[in-house]
Amino acid sequence: MKIALFITCVADTLFPETGIAVVRVLERLGHEVVFPAGQTCCGQMHVNSGYRDDALRLARRFVDVLGRDDGVDAVVSPSSSCVGWVRELLPGVAREAGDERLAADAEALGGRLFELSELLVRRLGVEDVGAAYPRRVTLHPTCHSQRVARIGDAPQRLLAKVKGLELLELPEATECCGFGGTFSIKNAAVSLAMLEDKCRNILATGADVVTAVDPSCLLHIGGGLSRLAPAAPGGPGPAVRAVHLAQILAAEAGA
Amino acid sequence: MNSRRGEAVVAGFAERLALQHVEVRRVAADAVAAAVAGVCAELGVRRLGVPPALPEPWRPAGVDVVEDHGLAPAELDTLDAALTGCTLAIAETGSLVLAAGPDDGRRALSLVPDVYICVVREDQIEPDLPAAMPRIAGVVRDSGHPVVIVSGPSATSDIELHRVEGVHGPRRLVVLLVGPG
Amino acid sequence: MSRAHDFPAAARAALADAQLRANLRGATHTIRARRAAAVAELPDFEGLREQARRVKDDALDHLDELLARFEAAATAAGAQVHHAADAGAANAFVAAIARDHGVTELVKTKSLATDEIGLDAALAATGVEAVETDLAELIVQLAGDTASHILVPAVHYSRGQVRDLFLRTIARGRELSDDPRELAEVSRVYLRERFLRAGMGVTGANAGVAETGTVCVVENEGNGRMCTTLPSVLVTVMGIEKVVATLDDLALLLRLLPRSATGERMSSYVSLLTGITPGDGPREYHIVLLDNGRRDALADPVGRQALRCIRCSACLNVCPVYTRVGGHAYGSIYPGPIGAILTPQLWGMERHAELPFASSLCGACAEVCPVGIDIPEVLLHLRARAVREQAPAAEKVVYGAAAWAFGAPRRFAAAQKAVRAAERPLARRGLVRRLPGPLAGWTEGRDLRPVARETFREWWARERGSEERPGRCREKPPVREEKAP
Repeated sequence: MKIALFITCVADTLFPETGIAVVRVLERLGHEVVFPAGQTCCGQMHVNSGYRDDALRLARRFVDVLGRDDGVDAVVSPSSSCVGWVRELLPGVAREAGDERLAADAEALGGRLFELSELLVRRLGVEDVGAAYPRRVTLHPTCHSQRVARIGDAPQRLLAKVKGLELLELPEATECCGFGGTFSIKNAAVSLAMLEDKCRNILATGADVVTAVDPSCLLHIGGGLSRLAPAAPGGPGPAVRAVHLAQILAAEAGA
Repeated sequence: MNSRRGEAVVAGFAERLALQHVEVRRVAADAVAAAVAGVCAELGVRRLGVPPALPEPWRPAGVDVVEDHGLAPAELDTLDAALTGCTLAIAETGSLVLAAGPDDGRRALSLVPDVYICVVREDQIEPDLPAAMPRIAGVVRDSGHPVVIVSGPSATSDIELHRVEGVHGPRRLVVLLVGPG
Repeated sequence: MSRAHDFPAAARAALADAQLRANLRGATHTIRARRAAAVAELPDFEGLREQARRVKDDALDHLDELLARFEAAATAAGAQVHHAADAGAANAFVAAIARDHGVTELVKTKSLATDEIGLDAALAATGVEAVETDLAELIVQLAGDTASHILVPAVHYSRGQVRDLFLRTIARGRELSDDPRELAEVSRVYLRERFLRAGMGVTGANAGVAETGTVCVVENEGNGRMCTTLPSVLVTVMGIEKVVATLDDLALLLRLLPRSATGERMSSYVSLLTGITPGDGPREYHIVLLDNGRRDALADPVGRQALRCIRCSACLNVCPVYTRVGGHAYGSIYPGPIGAILTPQLWGMERHAELPFASSLCGACAEVCPVGIDIPEVLLHLRARAVREQAPAAEKVVYGAAAWAFGAPRRFAAAQKAVRAAERPLARRGLVRRLPGPLAGWTEGRDLRPVARETFREWWARERGSEERPGRCREKPPVREEKAP
């Protein structure tokens, strides 16, 4: 298949290795990956902060760039929250603002827009992507992946087939990590209280790595682990690393 | 009437009441008065309030049976127990429905005394609320009488979510479940 | 005019209270487990709550018609119906009824609507004492405090705190342990006297049924039955959004409310009150239909779904924010997820603009709501309103700049490079540990990865070639492969 990559502004800027990993996984499976470089941001940040007009302008742009009918079979993203916004929420928001055309275009794009793990498991029917990652790993099932994009257990299925990987159950897994976009700054105290509990649960598993399908949650969790459980006294750098699912799936024996 | 009188429904009702800390005693139709007398003796009940229309065969001996012809709250407070029938019962929720039936009594009667004894015939038990609702709705629509659905002794969990039974409503609830005569 | 409520500051203060956090965590985790078990028993919870959503939406769509029918039926059954546009009007009605009957002490059930309008204080000002008879409301009243939870208003008190309170007030000079049984007994004895002598009772309503003019009161303690049965005068204050069309609609709600609220199949007592019945209960029954901002909420096509709420509090108990900060932090009688969307709609964004932002949008609330309120959807909707009506100019500039930067790939890439350069002096061993100004909230408890040395689009342009001409940069120019467009 020809698959277009929707990298997301966060991964593009802070986690390029996540995008590179997505490319490697899909190419390893024999697919062609293209990167429409005209993309910037899908508008989720603005709509979550109440800047709806800006969000819809950015979404319009985004749908134009990623929705281009140029032989692309599917659009994949390493962020379930961005996919959830565009696929599940944008049509309703556009419609409410009176922009029926954007709503329809978003729905059309939504029909072939996937978060990475749901693309692999549901669209491509693949669970074993040939990965090897001999580490103890725990999965944080992000709120947007479960309740908005509704990807279900796709990440667990993929992790179960990674050679050498020991998957540890995360206590209170469905509790929100506390990121919530600008909530993490506007309500920093509450966000950090939630983060502390999440990190505590992660540390309790004894895992070397915590993984998830959302770069922004990983940014927040990784940032917390670095502060709460540094690898070396005085930090920086965490003892338990926050690694995107894509990077685990891209890892091969000997890597 | 839309009721299933299967043994399963009756058993379910009894089980549910027990789970909700209501004491259930299965009683033969001709032994109600004796059963009531037994409960009164065990609980030290000397003055028993009843609706004026309470059937004679239910009235126990050895107890001062006081008919409620509109007793004032303070007078109701001097009763040790109340005895009524009910309009119907609900198995799934372990409920008694008092809906101005002849044996149901005034609401205050089944509220103020600390012990409440209710006679339920097996054929009065509906499986769940949706099945019971047409009859309840009929009472409300036709007569506008107040209806109370009682599903256990009174309780509160307001302090640390710790459930305490017996607050303002009767602290002891005893159901006499009467089989077919 | 009152100042805007500062949720972030209130939340921060609440988080520092270890006792409060422990009380909240214990209580809410307990209730949420009970709720989950009770709901799991239902063969088709999703189907039931979809039905309930429709029942409530239909009622809201036909509100005036239903209220008229309710009034006609209740009046025909012997009740007197009053319409109160706001808190002042409602309080005036109740005070007048008390005055007309020479009542100086009345008993009342737990009613958020009466808390909302400040009824107790308004009555006290006219010389009428309103005795709260719900145990939690009694605790809150004796403490001069306010409720912090919709269902268990005194959840922020430990048993020791309740004991101390009772020793200062209704159990002075007595020996008292902190055993909840003993404490409940103290309140039982104290209140029983008042029930037996009260001349007037005041309640709220869980629902009002239009077809028969019936008021439904759901409770566990029996204080509701006491208030609605023993006094000769009864008053119910009911929010207008509580009306449903038929008794069958009510039955549906009764299947969902106890399970969602306390995790029981049915509450101990459900009373259906239809006007007056001579010889059984009060001789006089007044129903006050309360607006107090509800019609404002009704006018918002997206926001009005908040009015479906049946006050079960399931959303509070699963909310990661509420369960950590409690109700007082929200500055409203309606806290938690439902409070965040109801409060600004009822009483204005001016004072409550921060409440729609008091959420990480995790969606746990929507999962449990028995009437299907899409709380995250309404939060997003109200955030847009807050920005339109209340956003500070500085914030608008920042978001405008971000939108501009995102508006074209070249601008975006330039912004990435600019931030990367600006961060360089802040990074220590590869991490930024302190951000300046308003962003300091991030680094209060988190390290921050800086902008990557090579962003993804830079990598792609270098490794794979790019559709767009690269901007000037210090790295070596990208390899330009001819790729199909």
